[in-house]
Amino acid sequence: MARGVKNVFATSLGILAVGAIIGVVAGFLQKFGNPANMAICVACFGRDIAGALGLHRAGVVQYMRPEIIGFVLGSFAAALAFKEFKPSGGSAPITRFVLGMIAMIGALVFLGCPWRVILRLAGGDGNALFGLLGLVTGVWIGTLFFKSGFNLGRSQVQSMSTGLLLPLMMLGLLALRLIFPPVAGEAQSGVLWYSLKGPGAAYAPLFLSLGAGLGIGFLAQRSRFCTMGAIRDVLLFNQWYLMTGFLALLVAALVTNVLLGQFNPGFEGQPVAHTMWFWNFAGMLMAGLAFALAGGCPGRQLFMSGEGNSDAGIFVLGSIVGAGIAHNFGLASSPSGIGPHGMAAVVIGMVVLVFIGVTNRK
Amino acid sequence: MNQTVDARGLSCPQPVLMAVQAMRKAGSGALEVVVDNEASRENVARAAQSQGWDVTVHEMENGEFKLALVKQ
Repeated sequence: MARGVKNVFATSLGILAVGAIIGVVAGFLQKFGNPANMAICVACFGRDIAGALGLHRAGVVQYMRPEIIGFVLGSFAAALAFKEFKPSGGSAPITRFVLGMIAMIGALVFLGCPWRVILRLAGGDGNALFGLLGLVTGVWIGTLFFKSGFNLGRSQVQSMSTGLLLPLMMLGLLALRLIFPPVAGEAQSGVLWYSLKGPGAAYAPLFLSLGAGLGIGFLAQRSRFCTMGAIRDVLLFNQWYLMTGFLALLVAALVTNVLLGQFNPGFEGQPVAHTMWFWNFAGMLMAGLAFALAGGCPGRQLFMSGEGNSDAGIFVLGSIVGAGIAHNFGLASSPSGIGPHGMAAVVIGMVVLVFIGVTNRK
Repeated sequence: MNQTVDARGLSCPQPVLMAVQAMRKAGSGALEVVVDNEASRENVARAAQSQGWDVTVHEMENGEFKLALVKQ
């Protein structure tokens, strides 16, 4: 049977619209309270969730971010609606867990995921140029591994419950956020930790954050939006489909920031950023390579988890654990510079990535 | 007999890489690529069309897709 129904979002115009919508929504989430130049950063928000759960105790970055929950549940809804929910998994799970950990640690040395590279650029943060360069270099190294036969192996069909587990976990986190809402002046509400100052204390109202997350999750599932894939496909196949979304996000966020008065060009004193250019480059290089080997940026991993892909789910769990380790071990950077053990983290992380890359060639 | 590329269970970019390799090797003629998810179906079709191959997609009952690639 030839397929008749066309997926309108999986067209150049479709992904352009999705990227643009994410850019505009990000600008407005910032206006309504989310941290500056972070707005909707997948790594930062995963890190905040780790903090809310007490997996690390960095007091300024603790919040149960509804955007992340919305990404998975929105994608889950889209996958169900379009009959694309398909429980699968079993492709090198522990390797994907480690890739998630290393990706998060690298992102926290730079201070942001690929989404935030774009959003920081759109806010005028020049330091993000080094992050972008690192991201492209990391993904490029990933394509060299692909060309030499890197492959984490085939996934298999899994049980319905296996596919449902990550969306259910997100539903559980949402329940916790509703049962234990933030209490003014209190660092703890029930089992959840909250920030009293810093980026973790900056958040848009719950319904806006959750609504934005659900909407973006839905659209991204339909369009396969992926920032790592955007760079990878251009380098590997000269295929510009995903890059259209990447560029649309940049332009839309830039225009939105200029219009809302959120564009402040410069290098010094940028929000939640440091000026150590080499480590901005190296952190994102490590994260970019880890995303490439795992087959998706942290956003895409969330969206694939919503489709029942438990390999992506394992990556997500690895990244949340990685965030806990990054802060507990002093690997994560802060606006004053890299953490006390940030350099060691990048060196060890790169060695592990090369080990994974070299030993999984088939 | 047509060459078949089995990309089931693989996630991006592997299915596209395998299809592109097969297209380069064949140059022209007919190829068949089997994938098991929508994203791979779209990506392989997009890559093939950009290289001048005609693509016909058949959805099978088990949710897999068979893509027939033809180039004169």
